[in-house]
Amino acid sequence: MKIEFELNGQKVSVDVEPTMRLLDVLREHFGLIGVKEGCGEGECGSCTVLLDGKAVPSCLVPVGMVMGRRVMTIEGYRKTKKFKVLLDAFAEAGAVQCGFCTPGIIMAVESLLSENPHPTDEEIRRGLSGNLCRCTGYNMIVNAVKLAAQKGAGLW
Amino acid sequence: MVNAYRPSTIDEALRIRNETKALPLAGGTDLMVRYKNWAGLPPKFSQPVMFVAHLHELKGIEVEGDELIIRSATTLTELLKDGRVPEVLKLAVKEMASPLVRNIATIGGNICNASPAGDTLPPLYALDAKVVLRSVEGERTVPIEDFITGPGQTVLKENEILCEIRIPMDEFDSIFYRKVGTRRANALSKVSFVGLKNLQGDRIDDIRIAFGAVAPTVVRSRDAEKMLKGIKIDEIEQIYPSIEAKYAELIRPIDDQRSTAEYRKIVSLRLLRFFLLGKAD
Repeated sequence: MKIEFELNGQKVSVDVEPTMRLLDVLREHFGLIGVKEGCGEGECGSCTVLLDGKAVPSCLVPVGMVMGRRVMTIEGYRKTKKFKVLLDAFAEAGAVQCGFCTPGIIMAVESLLSENPHPTDEEIRRGLSGNLCRCTGYNMIVNAVKLAAQKGAGLW
Repeated sequence: MVNAYRPSTIDEALRIRNETKALPLAGGTDLMVRYKNWAGLPPKFSQPVMFVAHLHELKGIEVEGDELIIRSATTLTELLKDGRVPEVLKLAVKEMASPLVRNIATIGGNICNASPAGDTLPPLYALDAKVVLRSVEGERTVPIEDFITGPGQTVLKENEILCEIRIPMDEFDSIFYRKVGTRRANALSKVSFVGLKNLQGDRIDDIRIAFGAVAPTVVRSRDAEKMLKGIKIDEIEQIYPSIEAKYAELIRPIDDQRSTAEYRKIVSLRLLRFFLLGKAD
């Protein structure tokens, strides 16, 4: 089946088995390896991408489902102003250690801030509850999101 | 290779379902895990698959008369954003999976998956929800407790699609929901409990109680509810032993990786006691 969708702002078309995971198509067909596979069961959030602006685990999305929709990965998002704010905030707060979960976390933060530009600690923790990080212990990530919400006020 | 279909209307979907028995896939959050394969390979579906989440006939929430209609491919995130969705259903949905999964998972999928631990089910049982099933031959409406017959088992026929959930718009003074899980996100329920109550003066006018994950299907006892209706709040304690005995008979949990039968039974009955008597022991 020919599947057409918007990927990081560009119209793309791919002819693959439509039940293939979006995760695999992004990594193997488009070479977007910022999208990571962790658990492959929607529990860890490493493969998070934006589907029509909302964060979803791309390991659970068959590519046939994204026909006509907008997909954004960390590779597309890093060209935005909002990414620059998140990058600086994550660096300043020490919110990245091994970095494996980070692309997924950044996409989940974008989804959270676009719904709620000034989240409380509790709302940040709930918003990121589908993203596991085994290094930081989460406190630095929560701080980074607060910092970004403050420094990037008006962007979201 | 397995065929996959992407119909553009519900009529086309019903025709495909009738001809090929294709498995409807809405959010995919259960099916993509159940049929998971090695990375880079398509999932191991054993029958043709049909994408349905994009069908606008299956999206959205509306009110018709005194019923709320939730179309089956409405996502859990969409449910949380709608002011007309019953509070008790929202309390359950808020604790389901994670925001990421709720952005694609659908209410129709949670019902058809028919897991004993499906978290939309206890609220839907307590709210007297019905499901509307359509096929090329027509439509039928089935109460949720008749739709689900066992773990993963429903009366959905091979040519039918679950299109709507219909919920009577009843109001409740007292709404209690509790999910017992290992973690506050991405945890499957060990036990879940729904209690709804309406008082008239100091008498119970309406009461609904449902337990999830403690039997092959959700436990709701109309007998026990009937015994409670009409009595005064301070009289509950007198009849409580017989009420508890009724539920104790119906609560038949299992030991599994998430919990033990013993723990589940004790916690269920404590939640019942807490809801009815305001104390857990």
